[in-house]
Amino acid sequence: MTTFDANTGGRATGRKRIAVVTAGLSKPSSTRLLADRLAAATGRLAEADTQVIELRELAAEIAQNMVTGFPGPRLREAIDAVTSADGLIAVTPVFTGSYSGLFKSFFDVIDKDALAGTPVLIGATGGTARHSLVLEHAMRPLFAYLRAVVVPTAVYAASEDWASGGETALAARVERAAAELAALVAARPGRQGSEAAPEAVVPFEEQLAALAAEG
Amino acid sequence: MQFGIFTVGDVTTDPTTGRTPSEHERIKAMVAIAQKAEEVGLDVFATGEHHNPPFVPSSPTTMLGYIAARTDRLILSTSTTLITTNDPVKIAEDFAMLQHLAGGRVDLMMGRGNTGPVYPWFGKDIRQGIPLAVENYALLHKLWREDVVDWAGRFRTPLQSFTSTPRPLDGVPPFVWHGSIRSPEIAEQAAYYGDGFFANNIFWPKEHFKRLIGLYRDRFAHYGHGTPEQAIVGLGGQVFMRRNSQDAVREFRPYFDNAPVYGHGPSLEEFTDQTPLTVGSPQEVIEKTLTFRESFGDYQRQLFLMDHAGLPLKTVLEQLDLLGEEVVPVLREEFAKGRPAQVPDGPTHEALVTRRDREEAEAQAAATASSDEAEEVRA
Repeated sequence: MTTFDANTGGRATGRKRIAVVTAGLSKPSSTRLLADRLAAATGRLAEADTQVIELRELAAEIAQNMVTGFPGPRLREAIDAVTSADGLIAVTPVFTGSYSGLFKSFFDVIDKDALAGTPVLIGATGGTARHSLVLEHAMRPLFAYLRAVVVPTAVYAASEDWASGGETALAARVERAAAELAALVAARPGRQGSEAAPEAVVPFEEQLAALAAEG
Repeated sequence: MQFGIFTVGDVTTDPTTGRTPSEHERIKAMVAIAQKAEEVGLDVFATGEHHNPPFVPSSPTTMLGYIAARTDRLILSTSTTLITTNDPVKIAEDFAMLQHLAGGRVDLMMGRGNTGPVYPWFGKDIRQGIPLAVENYALLHKLWREDVVDWAGRFRTPLQSFTSTPRPLDGVPPFVWHGSIRSPEIAEQAAYYGDGFFANNIFWPKEHFKRLIGLYRDRFAHYGHGTPEQAIVGLGGQVFMRRNSQDAVREFRPYFDNAPVYGHGPSLEEFTDQTPLTVGSPQEVIEKTLTFRESFGDYQRQLFLMDHAGLPLKTVLEQLDLLGEEVVPVLREEFAKGRPAQVPDGPTHEALVTRRDREEAEAQAAATASSDEAEEVRA
């Protein structure tokens, strides 16, 4: 499900880790292609390891999580990777005027507080540039709701951008967005894995006292 | 260690025949299932509480009182009693009455209820779920331990010089479990009072419950009720058995695929792999259930969900025969092996009375000793 780029042993050596979520469906997918370019640029600038999560491979487990209320083993691994990362790159194809349903469903099954404060770079792909504002009108509000920190430059790639003529412009946007994410990731203290975190609890006397104070 | 069954009380169409039992049939079936539980040597029958179709058990103490009159040994419990939407005064009265009628064979499990629309039907708000559970239980706890109660809170009219009647049997309140699927606050609440914690682990993977039960055990010790290993833990389980494993899978699959809670989701194989659900031979059920102790430590009560998803009564009774005759005797024997002496047994009224008497005697002895010392100093 996931592939590790860059150097091995990321966290053992204290390197930052960036999760890359891509919702492309075809193979090869232009969404994955954009995700890879964003990952490579950010990984280089932030000196971070990147971990790609292909939602296509998790489609059935995401749908099952909707029904059962808990993630299967591979989805749980992906959610842990995303919620414990130092930064996130999230890329979706444009479907019916917005992010794809699969992309939204993945973020629907993640706890709404789990990405608070996480730096995020958003990207999208489509047939033409007419859909590029999906990034500003759909993607950015989604991550604002999750209280993630979205970098100013969002990267949209249309078919024409992959042609040689548009290559330079896309490359410049990728580089600028990656630099913005790398700066936020670098400024952020390293994170602990979510699995090690114990259950947090408010001591019971405080729960009782809160009632008395409000009453 | 106590073994028993818990029921949701759902009226569900049998997917293999298309037949839906009437409410009356379902209620009578629940009673038959409880009686069968005693007959095959189980220790506990627990009923859910619901106030919306397709569920029938809206009045648990009425049902449990009826079952109490038709059984001799079975402990009658709930899974769960809604501490949020019920008036704690009425819970105190109803369960104390039941406790007298059943000769002490009563305990209960507190739950919040997760159905939003139910709350306003009882004048409550689901957004206040946790504070309701905290305040209402604090009052219930007091009503069973103090003869005359003065009380004021946020969610209920104040009480002045109120005495909840009847007083608990032998002056010992029914044992209380706190049931939870995901809330650490409830594990904390159970630990604070030294009550039991029931992790209804049947739909979720075990990693989640390891953390929740671990928290409860640590906090139980923190509040001075004993060691973490002495905390009182209950677990859920869900099984379907036939002597031949393949027959069990074939027969249960349509019920699984159409089950109200998890149907139309993962396959039976995926679900049995990830949750405590076991579909197979009695031996497979034994092996899976024994792994619970490895995950969660020695525990006190194991309840199985046996009568849901539209399974006909005849099938459920056959399942109980297998559970009582082939599975539970082996589990009793195996769970007893290597169980440390300081780990308590499942809670009973008799044990609580004995403990209360011992603690009172110890307190009296200590008081006498200190007054003797005072005498000596004076002399």
